[in-house]
Amino acid sequence: MKEFKGRVVTPGTVTAEALVTHGGLNTLASFQKALQFGDKKATCGDQNNPDLYGKQMLGKALCLPQTIGSTTGGMVLYCACSMKRQPACMLFSNHIDSLAAAGAILADVWLEDVTMPVIDCLGDEFLEYVKDGMKITVKEDGNVVVE
Amino acid sequence: MILTEQQQAVLNGEKGDVLAKVMKTLVMYGEAFGAEKMVPVSSKYNHLVTSFGLKALGPVYDLMNQLISTGALSTQKFSVDPRPLDKNVPSNFLQDFIFNNFMYSKQDFYEGQLKDLGLLSEDAFTCTCYMDEVGNKPEKGEILSWAESSAVVYANSVLGARCNRNSGIIDLFGSVVGMVPYFGLLTDEGRKATWVVKIETTKKPEAQLLGSAIGMKVMEDVPYVVGLDKWIGTELTDAACTYLKDFGAATASNGAVGLYHIDKLTPEAVEQGENLIKEGAQVYVIDDAELERVKASYPVIWKNPDAKPKLCFMGCPHMSLQQLKDWTDKVEAALRESDNKKVVIPTVFTAAPGVLKEFEKTDYAARLKATGVITSYICPLMYMNNPLCTKMPVITSSNKLRTYTTARYYTDEEILEQITKGGK
Repeated sequence: MKEFKGRVVTPGTVTAEALVTHGGLNTLASFQKALQFGDKKATCGDQNNPDLYGKQMLGKALCLPQTIGSTTGGMVLYCACSMKRQPACMLFSNHIDSLAAAGAILADVWLEDVTMPVIDCLGDEFLEYVKDGMKITVKEDGNVVVE
Repeated sequence: MILTEQQQAVLNGEKGDVLAKVMKTLVMYGEAFGAEKMVPVSSKYNHLVTSFGLKALGPVYDLMNQLISTGALSTQKFSVDPRPLDKNVPSNFLQDFIFNNFMYSKQDFYEGQLKDLGLLSEDAFTCTCYMDEVGNKPEKGEILSWAESSAVVYANSVLGARCNRNSGIIDLFGSVVGMVPYFGLLTDEGRKATWVVKIETTKKPEAQLLGSAIGMKVMEDVPYVVGLDKWIGTELTDAACTYLKDFGAATASNGAVGLYHIDKLTPEAVEQGENLIKEGAQVYVIDDAELERVKASYPVIWKNPDAKPKLCFMGCPHMSLQQLKDWTDKVEAALRESDNKKVVIPTVFTAAPGVLKEFEKTDYAARLKATGVITSYICPLMYMNNPLCTKMPVITSSNKLRTYTTARYYTDEEILEQITKGGK
């Protein structure tokens, strides 16, 4: 078990199973199936991301360095949250990027019945340590326990 | 963040709950990046990235309805990215059915919302809003609330305006409250380069390939490019601006570049020179071999890599008037060489509606039409963004289109060869 200190971007607490990508998450490509084709499990559709392609993102503790791709990304993440097809939380090793921040904050402010804690600045060691399937607990203060 | 009394009042809900939520979103967004204040948006017009009435974006339409119904409209008129549909572009019955009845069934509804919110005009659909023929061209130093990545990087770099790489919806919110959080590329410090890119090629580098190489290397950082003036000059001529349009779009899509400086050419580089480079900046040398390496690294994700192309898209971002004219000359000349009368692969050149109108006034329009090339205002990316098109072998010289879709990248010269002389 190891605990990592991060910064709270959007608050909340949650326990979920880790899903890890070491490359950037292309939000549009990853959530396209969930949004356009009714995939309620939010299966990642980004063929360029071997870590995530074909895996269910719904309800997972998504561990990533940052998001990449189209600047519609924030809007796409907001829609995924609104349709209840979002990860349980998003945990960034780096400082959050502007697109992911927009999506997370839009969901936090505009959607009353959706909580998706987002923590950033967890450090490179976090992403090196965490593996798919590990148990993740996000605390209110931005600490993340990996076991 | 320290807010003025007026800003705090909006946040407290004195102008309604919806406007308070808009302000709260922008304040939280700014605080995530250490912004200490909000600054007024000073451009005449805004530009929005979301132009498509995708059925799946129901939550966005609901949010727009909240803005419209409470009068929280854009304080600026705005242009918006290209439309996803155009009947001029080749498509089969099944594609049309899916486009119109499944994917983009909300297009008319969404365009109605855009009009209610402050759409500039019926023709304001393009990713190159900064073209003279469109008229949404910010001045140096103006603060913008844009999101379209290729437009943001052009406005920052070539025009010297100031804009962060925002997300869709955030772009609109900035002009609803008339201000944006002050951080990143809005600040002098955020505009300094952390990379020096040295161009050491033996010929003029392909704009889209050079941009791709730099984007993939520096990601979201600011590069200061040295040695490109040898190939594109030291004046922001029409040709140089067109080159930088395509170069910038590739840096922004293959990486996440929001601003670049070109030594001796772009406005801040001309004014400040190497003072724009931060101490300890990393160095990236680009020669012919490096460009070849980058090009060879692109995956071919066609089911059959040897398939004959069924469609060619040029113009992502949209082509300039001069590009349309130059390509008319090039296609005609290549067809004469190959003894073909028309292009041998269905080919679409895309440009802003305003640019196409001007093009139609020239004799080039009839000449291009005679070659079989189709012109359109469509967004090639949105056209490709469906399961049927992902199986189509489409070629392009756009590195943005390559990145976001299954389209295969070729250089301009290779594209010309393919569409006029055939081949795989």
